[in-house]
This record gives sequence, C-alpha cells and structure tokens, in this order.
Amino acid sequence: MDRYAKQRAFGVLARAAAGLVVFVMAVVIGVTIFRGGRVLLADPSIVISPPGSRYALEGTGGFFHAVLGSALIVGPATVVSMVLALSTATYLQSDYSSERFSDAVNMFLNVLWATPPIVYGVFVLTIVIAVGARTSLFFGIIAISVFQYPIMTRYIDEALRSAPDTVRESTYGLGATRFETAKMTARAALPGIVAGIIMGFARGIGDAATVLFTAGRSTNMPNGLFEPATTLPVLIFDNSMSFNEEVRAHAYAASFVLIVVVLGLIVVSRLLAGRFAQYVPGGRHA
Amino acid sequence: MNETPAIRTENLSVTYTGNEDVEAVKGVDITFPENQLTAIIGPSGCGKSTLLKSLNRLHEIQPNVEIEGDVLLGDASIYDTDDPAPEIRRRIGYVPQTPTPLPLSIYENVAYGVRLHGEYESSEELDGIVETYLKKVNLWDEVHDRLDTPAASLSTGQIQRLCLARSLAVEPEVLLCDEVTSALDPISAERVEETLVDLKDEYTFIMVTHSMNQARRLADDVVFLYLGEVVERGDVRSFFEDPTHERTKQFIGGHGAGADTGDGDDDPDDGAEKSPYGSADQRSSTPAK
Repeated sequence: MDRYAKQRAFGVLARAAAGLVVFVMAVVIGVTIFRGGRVLLADPSIVISPPGSRYALEGTGGFFHAVLGSALIVGPATVVSMVLALSTATYLQSDYSSERFSDAVNMFLNVLWATPPIVYGVFVLTIVIAVGARTSLFFGIIAISVFQYPIMTRYIDEALRSAPDTVRESTYGLGATRFETAKMTARAALPGIVAGIIMGFARGIGDAATVLFTAGRSTNMPNGLFEPATTLPVLIFDNSMSFNEEVRAHAYAASFVLIVVVLGLIVVSRLLAGRFAQYVPGGRHA
Repeated sequence: MNETPAIRTENLSVTYTGNEDVEAVKGVDITFPENQLTAIIGPSGCGKSTLLKSLNRLHEIQPNVEIEGDVLLGDASIYDTDDPAPEIRRRIGYVPQTPTPLPLSIYENVAYGVRLHGEYESSEELDGIVETYLKKVNLWDEVHDRLDTPAASLSTGQIQRLCLARSLAVEPEVLLCDEVTSALDPISAERVEETLVDLKDEYTFIMVTHSMNQARRLADDVVFLYLGEVVERGDVRSFFEDPTHERTKQFIGGHGAGADTGDGDDDPDDGAEKSPYGSADQRSSTPAK
C-alpha cells in the first residue's frame, strides 16, 4: 500500500468512527426526546405534579418528587464539593505544594475519578448503617459530593495550571500575598473553573448509582433533610422496570427532562466561559 | 557612579537546586544608582532574569532556588528583615517580559496594587491615581473612554504600558523590567521606550535587555553579565565606546560569547519567538474597536 492509499484508508476509518459516534448519540438523544417528548406533550403537568398514592404501581400523579429531590440533592452537593475542590486545587499549585506531592494527589484523584459510583454509594451506605441513621436526602447529598469532588478538583487543577504564569508573577510583583495571588490566578482560570463546576454538576445530576442506596428511593415528596428522597436517574431506573405502561412512560419523560437540563447546562457553561474569557490574556475579545 | 545607590547586591549568588545544582548567578556585586536606568545585558541564559528576580525576592515563588549573599535597598537588607516578602515587592516592583493584563478591566488593572496596599481614602482619589498613572505612560488618551473594558482587549503594546502604569501606581522605589519590549512589534516597542525615557529621571529602573541598541538608547549605566558573572559595568558612553574587557568588545561587536547579534533593530524576531501567544500578537497589535 503506498503512502497515499494509507492516508485515504485512515481518512475513511476516522470518518467512519466519528460517524458511528454521532449516529449512536443521535439515536439515544432522538429516542429520548421523541418518546419522552410524546409523553410530556400529552400531559406536561406530570413534571410539576407530586406523585399520587399509587404512583409506583399505576403512575398516578407526576414525578415532581424526583425533580425536587434531584435539585435538593445535587444543588447542595455541588456547592459542598465546589468549595472542597477549589481549596484542594489551589493547594495543589506550586505556591503551596511541591510537584511530587501534587503529582501524588493527582494520581489519587484519578483513581477516585475512575472508581465506580456504586462503590461510593455502598461506602456511604456503610456510614449510614454505622451511625444508625436511615437513608435520606442528607446522605444523598454526601454521596453525590464525594462523587463530584475528584471530578471537579481535576478540572479546576488543570484550569489553574493552564492560567498564564505571568499573571501569578505580575500579581506577586505588585506586592500581593499568596492568598491574593491565588484569587487572581483563579480569576484568570475562571472559564475553566466554571466549566469544571458545571461538568461536576452535570455528572452529579445524571448519576443513579451513588444515590440508589443512600437517598432512599422514596415515592413521596421529600419531607426534610433526614427524610427519604429520590432523584431523576433513580426514578428512571425504578420506573423502567415497572409492568405498568404508564409508569414506564414516566421514565421516558424523566429522561427527557434530564437530557434537556444537561444540554442546557453545557450551553450555559459555554456562554459563561466565553464571557469570562474576554478578561483572560489571549482569550476571546469583546 | 557617584550617585546614591538605590539598591545594591553583596556577593549575591543564586543556585537552582533541581536535579543538579546550577549556579545561575555567581557572587555578584552591583550598585544600582538612584533615578537612573541601569541595563543588564548579556546572552540568553546568562542569569539576567534570575538576577533581576532575586532583587525583589520574586524567585521565591518558584521551588528549588537557593540564595547566598545579600541585596540592600538603601541600607537595609531585603533578605535579613522582618518585613514579609510582599512588602519588599511593593517597594521593588517588577514588570514581566510578556505583556500580561490581569483578568480585570483597564481601570482595575491600575487600581489593583493601590487597593492591595490601601493607599487611598476615597473612590475619587483612586480615580485620580488611575488617571495620573495612565497619563504617565501615555495611555490615557487611548483608553480614557473605555476604562471598564477588559484589559485583555488592548493591543500588546498598550498592555505593556498598562503594566508599567500598574507597577508605578504602587509607588515603588525601584522598578525591575524584564525585557519589556521583546514581545512587542517595533512600533509598540518604540512607544514603550519613549515612555521609559520620559520616566527614567523620576524612577530607578533596572532593565534586562538583549538588544544592544536598546541599552544604548535608554540606559544611563550598563552591566554586562556573562555566565552569571559581571564582566564589565560602566556608564553607557564608556561601556559602548571604550569597553575594557575583550569579552565585552566581542559581545558589542556581535561575535562570540553566544551573543544575540541583533544589533541594529529591536530584535522583533527574537521577540516573536518568545511570545507565548505566538501569532495572536499580530492580531491584537491593532487597537481593538
């Protein structure tokens, strides 16, 4: 095979691979939007109606309990892990840590990232049992933030690392302290930090395994911090195994809501990143 | 050189202690006179930037650097002191080689250092400070109607003058400039040089450059550094017209000593190479709308 034939062969292969990925993605999103959209169009109120007393069996009422549960679990969890991730990532920069230490921590974080979320779920479940509590909103928050933490930290660490070193140098050169310089570096890395936080949120809101054992798989409205709750992914998991067609239809509708939320978040993160990038040297200009 | 020394080094050595020890600056004694511009010249990798950063303890932000000897600002050591390093850096400012806007507006870039040190009473006073220093670097007329826009939208030449204004606004006693024109196109470089000429009677500048002609145009005093040692120093006229050392003659003549032979222009090529933003400079060197 001559050089140009190799090149053409590789071109065909690369296009085929890309085409396959796009096709699969289009099918997944298309089917969800089509089937979920049909259910939602027939009765949009199921998103904002609380479940009826026979929800799990017959799909009476709606799945607002899961929408609210997702918001109440993933929102606070994102805030908690954001604070932890920002602090950790800042500490991993050269102003505070040696290169060897931050390499070691990063390897550890990569391992955590690769840990199956169900393991986090079981881990938190053992804590729940150990303290003699029951599964609840609160432990869902803990499980999701443990799950989000390594993801966000790695994203934020990369963003801080890629901030121009001269920003750090200039800020120190003006007589700033280490903390003031860290704040300035974070500003310079803001597009990446925002992207990392939103990625963490998106992963958190889409994950079922971590909350499966920890939040309680409730079919009622969440009632308090230490009461059982459920989230959209868990609802999808539970409903899709139902014998009742109505209940299974809700799974599609919930998938539709989830996908729209995640796509929306990605758009928002793009917009925000573009906005902050104006301030970053070499970034997009106004 | 009978002027009052603003800052001087005493047997100053800087060693990088990474994988193997590299002594970048070897026992240097230099006096930098007040309200003059001293240029430090020498080939790439001869310790110019390292020397410059050790003059305000900026090397301390990178790991594995050790220092011996002393630097005295006036009569007081900057190393053997109770003052924390930020206080030293406030008195001895630093402008990096790459024009670096802080991720803030034009106004906030100049105000940042002033805010850090709380050197103002009212917002009107701060407005006044910002205006004063933007005028000092001849930037006010170009930006006064868009102080709220991101500083990153300025051209690289404008950004470098903004960096000067930002550093001057803290009112340092000495200002260290690391090849401040090397990342600029010739026209922007000329504007920055004009600004430095305007300012050099009021401030003590220590400037690293590898452009011989720039040293000739701007400096009052020249220090020639080679492999971490001072080969020769003197006022600009005697340095260029009557150098005593053979190595200096070769370097000025443009051969040997691994010299950047870029005599006769401002080395725009070298500058372009060093710019981390590459061709983006070209794009942004025309003022944004």
